[in-house]
Amino acid sequence: MAPSEHELRLRERLSRLRNVPLLGGARLSGELERLQRQLDRIQQEPTSDEIWRSVELARHPERPYTLDYVGALLDDWFELHGDRGDGDDGAMVAGLGKLGDRTIALVGQQKGRDIQERTRRQFGMPYPEGYKKAMRVFELADRHGFPIVSLVDTPGAYPGVAAEQHGQGGAIASSQLAMARLAVPTVACVIGEGGSGGAIAIALADRVLMQENAIYSVISPEGCAAILWRDAGEAKKAAAAFKPDAAHCLELGVVDGIVPEPAGGAHTDHQEAARMLGESLREAIDELADVPGDELRRRRRAKFRSLGVFA
Amino acid sequence: MSKIDVSIETDDKPAPPPKHPNTCPQCHSHYRDDELERAQWVCAQCGHHFPMRAHARIASLVDEGSFHEESADLHSEDPLGFFDLRPYTERLAEAEMSTGLADAIVIGQGEIEGRGCELAVMDFAFMGGSMGSVVGEKFSRACDSAAERGVPLITVTSSGGARMQEGILSLMQLPKTVCAVEDLHDAGQAMIVVMAHPTTAGVLASFASLGDVLLAEPGALIAFTGPRVVEQTTREKLPDDFGLAEQNLRFGHLDAILERPQIRPTLGRLLRVFG
Repeated sequence: MAPSEHELRLRERLSRLRNVPLLGGARLSGELERLQRQLDRIQQEPTSDEIWRSVELARHPERPYTLDYVGALLDDWFELHGDRGDGDDGAMVAGLGKLGDRTIALVGQQKGRDIQERTRRQFGMPYPEGYKKAMRVFELADRHGFPIVSLVDTPGAYPGVAAEQHGQGGAIASSQLAMARLAVPTVACVIGEGGSGGAIAIALADRVLMQENAIYSVISPEGCAAILWRDAGEAKKAAAAFKPDAAHCLELGVVDGIVPEPAGGAHTDHQEAARMLGESLREAIDELADVPGDELRRRRRAKFRSLGVFA
Repeated sequence: MSKIDVSIETDDKPAPPPKHPNTCPQCHSHYRDDELERAQWVCAQCGHHFPMRAHARIASLVDEGSFHEESADLHSEDPLGFFDLRPYTERLAEAEMSTGLADAIVIGQGEIEGRGCELAVMDFAFMGGSMGSVVGEKFSRACDSAAERGVPLITVTSSGGARMQEGILSLMQLPKTVCAVEDLHDAGQAMIVVMAHPTTAGVLASFASLGDVLLAEPGALIAFTGPRVVEQTTREKLPDDFGLAEQNLRFGHLDAILERPQIRPTLGRLLRVFG
């Protein structure tokens, strides 16, 4: 069987990686192996049914959320509250803890399990206060040299009157800017829905990972369908067109790696999903740990500045 | 749970177009082309600011003959093979035909009141000023050009947000442009932003909000999520000036609102201040 275009592009990424000169402390072998494994797994382009399955699994109500992973992976977790200005946004959690023997700062959106919690946490859609909380924790981590892990799981930033009045657009821009400036290793992983600006606000990281059944997109399938098909019911078609699944995001160079999930999806086995995520996070942080801060910042900006396709 | 759509690409199109583009949508005064052009596309009766095309905008800002366009021939590709009711490539070709532009932003070097600057000016007429790979790349190049030449960057925004047809790559233009602004700032140069109607979603949530000075035109919609989507998803009652420049100024998100004829002299003053 002739290799698909997708496979060819991944092979090209592999060959490019092999030619990258080794910088002090950088360990590319792990990266190579992982890409190779992923290349082996993704033999063909996902079908529209598979893409839609990702959308459904990414939104599965039993899927592990940020605090589930915190509980399974971090010791000595201490949650930090508030943006030191206006409030404490329940949709964004932040705190410090030990991942193995390393202290890290963690931020992430948090949906809720029951209706009370969902209301309190706005279904994981942060206000500007949530992004301001993330920013002050980024600065805290930078001050103390703690690597930062951000777990992305949001339908998007909250679309309300107060959110606009408090500067939603500016907060999302500033949060990205804060990440672009950091001199500590940063690893982001999309663990469910990576919804648009609300997601990228905490995902301008040295390594961006994505769980196998997560989605990462510029707009929700329903929103895209409502605008381009003028019918929100065409969400499945829209998803197939803009391809929010992990394999496509890897192919486009938007994410650096895919984190495997237990067969059937992360919701089937929280412990195993956490183990797999923990392994990927530790591996990514290890790769970055010895890179000087200036170099991290330079490479991070160069990476994001290279994204796009034009002629 | 009802699905809540939160999108970078808002579908809040500006008010339905009047019967003729030269008819004021607010007071229905009608103008000849040359009248509007002389008035910088501002209604002489009610002060409504008509949309302004990128090249007309540049001509209204820079010293005559000082503008030199850069990267004019950069074109979008179709990385996803995107097809909704029509293929993306067809939409691109149509936009190029109707606007005479290769994409939704024009960049280049110019002078304002004798002082050098770099300009990056968006054009809403090209697919709603949406930001895809080309807009992101050209804006980033404008940052680099300003840094190399040691001059400030002046950017005029007018955009509905990220370009859906480029999928996740259009979302990636947010961090890309943010990183470019930060590189410009590291080089010690300033960025002055003029927000024209509308500046929303992905553009507001990236470089547009990061200027050293943020200016806006009167009545411009400046919102991450536009009024229609907010109303539909939250059922909140919207204040009359929801999302407009005036509300943004009141809440501290802007430095000033300027009538169009004041923009050039103000930029001249700011170029001297940052000089």
